[in-house]
Amino acid sequence: MFFQITRRDLLLAMRRRADVLTTLFFFVIVVSLFPLGVGPEMNMLRTMAPGVVWVAALLASMLSLGRMFSSDHVDGTLEQMLLSPQSLPLLVLGKSLAHWLVTGVPLVLMAPVLGIQYDLPADSLLVLTISLLLGTPVLSLIGAIGAALTLGLRGGGVLVSLLVLPLYIPVLIFGAGAVEASAAGLGAGAHLSLLGAFLLASVVLAPWTTAVSLRISME
Amino acid sequence: MPLFLRRKMPTLQGIDLTCVRGDRKLFSGVNFYLEGGGLMQVQGPNGSGKTSLLRMLCGLATPAHGKICWEDAEIRSLAGVYYGAMTYLGHLGGVKDDLSAIENLRISSALAGVEIGEGKAREALQQMGLRGREMLPAKVLSQGQRRRVALARLLVCGTVLWILDEPLTALDTAAVKLVQGLMERHLEHGGMIVMTTHQEIEITAAATQRLQLA
Repeated sequence: MFFQITRRDLLLAMRRRADVLTTLFFFVIVVSLFPLGVGPEMNMLRTMAPGVVWVAALLASMLSLGRMFSSDHVDGTLEQMLLSPQSLPLLVLGKSLAHWLVTGVPLVLMAPVLGIQYDLPADSLLVLTISLLLGTPVLSLIGAIGAALTLGLRGGGVLVSLLVLPLYIPVLIFGAGAVEASAAGLGAGAHLSLLGAFLLASVVLAPWTTAVSLRISME
Repeated sequence: MPLFLRRKMPTLQGIDLTCVRGDRKLFSGVNFYLEGGGLMQVQGPNGSGKTSLLRMLCGLATPAHGKICWEDAEIRSLAGVYYGAMTYLGHLGGVKDDLSAIENLRISSALAGVEIGEGKAREALQQMGLRGREMLPAKVLSQGQRRRVALARLLVCGTVLWILDEPLTALDTAAVKLVQGLMERHLEHGGMIVMTTHQEIEITAAATQRLQLA
């Protein structure tokens, strides 16, 4: 069932490609605006790159959170999920996986290309990509909690950013920190391990919390 | 349908149910007892809490007071077991615009714990009068056709208890007849139905009860 719900969401995303592409283009444009804004000062660009890429990734994943449950809520499929004999946290995990595949993976793939604009050396690009690979699923998983809590609320989009962005802070710190540490020659291992730990913790806890939030929102 | 071959007669019971919306009490002191083969029609004017009652029966909403029991156990404590025996069809049919009728049916029945192949889904849709429209995305279907897609779920799910909120809206007379026949067969086989409708329908059932909400 887990894979079926993932497949369904991917199928839906394929039929609405515009939604997927807006997130990716938003990410590309935000990241590309900074070098244009601050000018071609190589050293400065290199130091700010990890932070800029990571903040843009947070905002881009934020953008698509609203759609995660709301379309299912509007047409009644969410009710069916809540009334399914299947475990709801598992369904939520399936949906989070689909959300990550649709919004997170394209960002991860695009990041090394964008990193070139900032004159990042090859090993920094590698660390940046790995940190995004570990961190973006956390964004989808934690974001699902916020999306579930603000379901059906007016102005939910703004509220969801207020709820979720503070929870993203640790991921941002260690994600961007990994690249800085590797550039400084300290090795990114510690930061990446912590990101991996966040990922494992959120795989276990977030779907469960999201399921509870969904039940509360649907009352 | 193996579920009907169970030893125990399924029962659904509501005890002293109260529904509060905002600070308004919609209804209170609602009691009912439904057995296999029984049909309960919930009646009342708009805003009397029919949908709220049905949502309570599914466990989507919690009653402000009172409890709902399935085979003598409270539905909250049963969760998965109860959901495996129940199908709810709400105002919103749960039909996805971007998926075809077949995909919709296959996914919604998988969600209900019954995996069906494409052949079986096609058969159910044809039985609901959607021959030739199985592969169309639901967004090009009419309201009535979308309703038929949603109702096709009843054909494949094999659950004992059907909770139907206005199942006949947007359906033409032929489809209404079809659904009536479906319900009669379900009741004959020992199934149970709780439904609301504003239309006059004739269903021959062993035990029909009407629950009037003020």
